[in-house]
Amino acid sequence: MFSYVIRRFLGAVVMLFVVSVFTFGIAFIVPRIAGGSAESLASRYVGRTANQQQVAEAAERLGFNDALVVQYGRWAKAIFVGADYNYGPGVEHCPAPCLGYSFITHQPVFPELMDRLPVTLSLTVGAAILWLVSGVTIGVISALRRGSVFDRGAMAGALAGVSLPIFFTGIMSLAIFSYKLGWTAEGGSYTPFLQNPGAWAYDMILPWITLALLFSATYARLTRAGMLETMGEDYIRTARAKGLNEGKVVTRHGLRGALTPIITIFGLDVGLLLGGAVLTESTFSLNGLGKYAIDGIINNDMPKVMGVTLVAAVFVVTANLAVDLFYAVADPRVRLG
Amino acid sequence: MAADEPFLELKNLTIHFPTDDGLVKSVDGLSFQLQRGRTLGIVGESGSGKSVTSLGILGLHNKRNAKVSGEIWLDGDEIVSSDPDTVRRLRGDKMAMIFQDPLSAMHPLYTIGAQIIEAYQVHHRVSKQVARKHAIDMLGRVGIPQPVRRVDDYPHQFSGGMRQRAMIAMALVNDPKLLIADEPTTALDVTVQAQILDLMHDLQDEFGSALIIITHDLGVVAELADDVLVMYAGRCVEYGPATTIFEQPEHPYTWGLLSSMPRLDRPNVGRLAPIPGLPPSLINLPTGCSFHPRCAYEPRTGGLGSSTMPELANAVGGRHLVRCHLPLDERRRIWETEVKPKVGGTA
Repeated sequence: MFSYVIRRFLGAVVMLFVVSVFTFGIAFIVPRIAGGSAESLASRYVGRTANQQQVAEAAERLGFNDALVVQYGRWAKAIFVGADYNYGPGVEHCPAPCLGYSFITHQPVFPELMDRLPVTLSLTVGAAILWLVSGVTIGVISALRRGSVFDRGAMAGALAGVSLPIFFTGIMSLAIFSYKLGWTAEGGSYTPFLQNPGAWAYDMILPWITLALLFSATYARLTRAGMLETMGEDYIRTARAKGLNEGKVVTRHGLRGALTPIITIFGLDVGLLLGGAVLTESTFSLNGLGKYAIDGIINNDMPKVMGVTLVAAVFVVTANLAVDLFYAVADPRVRLG
Repeated sequence: MAADEPFLELKNLTIHFPTDDGLVKSVDGLSFQLQRGRTLGIVGESGSGKSVTSLGILGLHNKRNAKVSGEIWLDGDEIVSSDPDTVRRLRGDKMAMIFQDPLSAMHPLYTIGAQIIEAYQVHHRVSKQVARKHAIDMLGRVGIPQPVRRVDDYPHQFSGGMRQRAMIAMALVNDPKLLIADEPTTALDVTVQAQILDLMHDLQDEFGSALIIITHDLGVVAELADDVLVMYAGRCVEYGPATTIFEQPEHPYTWGLLSSMPRLDRPNVGRLAPIPGLPPSLINLPTGCSFHPRCAYEPRTGGLGSSTMPELANAVGGRHLVRCHLPLDERRRIWETEVKPKVGGTA
């Protein structure tokens, strides 16, 4: 078990390294391939009014003329020990973990990411609980009443849930529940949980439901398929033969058997969303990581994009690791060689 | 309860499954009795209704897809008409079942111990520690070495024979008075089969329960059963004490089963004779006697075989019942002169 954990952990570290190389590559190598020069890159730092010489100086100062390996080393090193950026007028210290400065706002990226993380975290965790509970519940009932009106309705709803894009369901629900009925917040507002849990939930409820609708549809189908399979297993008959009541047969034996793949996908989905629920955040004007990434992409603000990418990668890789470890605990048949 | 009152009695049990293709008549008018401490062997080919019957006794058929009628009396309780919760309480406590393939019949994600503990706690309000002690004790009694250590193993960590022992321990943990074993040795190695049969025999002596062994293996029946019930296409075709069934079988189907059983304990008399043809479709049963299309002696019934279903009637011995059109002395003559020499004697 111990060596399995160590190996998975090392695998995760290697994965993160690969992601960082690709992230750096997309930001610094691809523009070169597309014909850009060190100067065109540097011109983003000094602004449009700078003359040729100022740009050349900036390129030199920021190290854009160095070999790419050296540049990558410097960038990666900054993440661990921080860096001093020489802007000409003065030297500014960027403490570790340093993900550089935004081209546009000249703010360090990492603190900005940390400011926005609670929004994405709130959105993801709340929605995840909603979709897991509702999706699994609907899936179980559908499987147990296969072919019933509930099953058909739920599966039709699930198809609609998967098919309808967030920006449609989001805007529709905003129009109805917020603007028309006035039951929920209008979007764009976020109250930290610790400040006022009630207001926090009030602000987040519509994004939660919208995001959960999309995912719970998938989870309902997944649970239904898994339950149909496990409820036909011989061990279910054994459980009934013991005299267990049907509730326990379904949950302790049927659902337990079907739950492993669901939790696996759940972990990966949550990891993915923690890196930024781009569409949901944009639709509800939530200042989370996804919105930050979109801003970065629209403004060609490479440090922002790289920062979000890297943080998202950390979440995804961590979720992967968690799922691997969970799997080893959840299924005793998994061999940990 | 009077001493001669049967512990288990089936009266005209009928189990049908409506399907899109038609009504599947898995069990049709089955009746038998079983006393405490006695063993009944139910034999027949696949699809003859053996397992469906056993699941019916446990009340495990889903009312939505199975139509069960008739009566099943277990120690004063009627199963068919009882509400599901009443039957559930009896299940695992008063009656328990050992399934064919212990690997698929045990939950792969729970330890052997957890599954036995669960079976005990359903019917006993005790702490986990008490139930666990009981589980370990049971594992020891079914011959699992080092039960204290093995109780926390998962099913896949057990060998096939050990798994079946664990399955038996799970079935016996509540000291059931009726134990149904559905092909208990089919999934096991031959060497292990004998051990498991011995174990079941010993445990039955110890617990004094009524035992139903469902099998297509007449060797198993010869080993354990006091009485034998031969099923064909959902009906009983022959019933009687085991010695009678092996010494004086009177139904052509039973003859067929005996002729197709390899015997190592006697000189080889001839080739094994399989029963010709296939089991009939349970949706479209043949007219008349269900077995007549495969019966070599059908021409001797004078057309009755293909037109009328024979009744289950007394043969010579008091408790020997046979469902056959052939005249009694004709059956005895065929057995003595035509079949018995080929089968090579009897058990």
